[in-house]
Amino acid sequence: MSTMTLQDQIKQVIDTEPVVVFIKGTPEAPACGNSMRALQALWQAGAPITAVDVLPDPRIRQELSSLSEWPTIPQVFVKGELIGGADITEELNASGELRQKIDEALGEHTQTVSTVALTVD
Amino acid sequence: MAANVIHALLDQAFPDGEVDVEDRTGGGDHFQVTIVSPAFNGLPLIQQHKLVNAALAAPLADGTIHELRIRTKGTA
Repeated sequence: MSTMTLQDQIKQVIDTEPVVVFIKGTPEAPACGNSMRALQALWQAGAPITAVDVLPDPRIRQELSSLSEWPTIPQVFVKGELIGGADITEELNASGELRQKIDEALGEHTQTVSTVALTVD
Repeated sequence: MAANVIHALLDQAFPDGEVDVEDRTGGGDHFQVTIVSPAFNGLPLIQQHKLVNAALAAPLADGTIHELRIRTKGTA
C-alpha cells in the first residue's frame, strides 16, 4: 500500500519514468482515439512507453491537469517535461523530431511498453 | 452552436489570426480547430497549443468540448 498522495504519485511517475503517457484505457485497449494516436506516435518513434490510465478515478485527471496545466488527455512527458497531447506528439513524430528528442534525452534505450497503476484510496 | 462559441473565443484571443473550427463528428462536442496567427511566431508547439487551451479554458472546463484537436501555425 502506498501512503503517497495521488499528486505525489503522479509527480513520481513523471519524474522517474523516461517516457510517460497518460491515457484513457490501456496500451492494449485504448479507450479513446487520441490516446491511441499518442501511443502510436510514441511507438513509431521507438520510445520506451510507460502508460498510466486516468479512467479508474476522475481525480487522477484533475490532479494531473492541475500539475501540468494541460487540460486534455492524452499527455506525453519525456524526462519529466510535458511534450504535449496527441496532436503535438503526432506532429513531432511526422517531422522526425520526436525520435530525435527521445534519443537525445534517453541515449541508448530499448522499445518497451509498460503500465503503472496509481493508488487511489 | 458550440462551434460558434469556440470560433468567437478564438477570434477574440487571436484577433490577427485566421481561425477555422470544424465539428468533426457533427455531434457538437468533438472539434478540430486550426489557427494561423502571428501570435505563434517563434513559439514552440507546446506554447502555441497552451495559448489555444487558455483561450478555450471555459468550454474545456465545463464539458462543452469533449474532444479538441489543435493545429497551429505562425505567419513568419
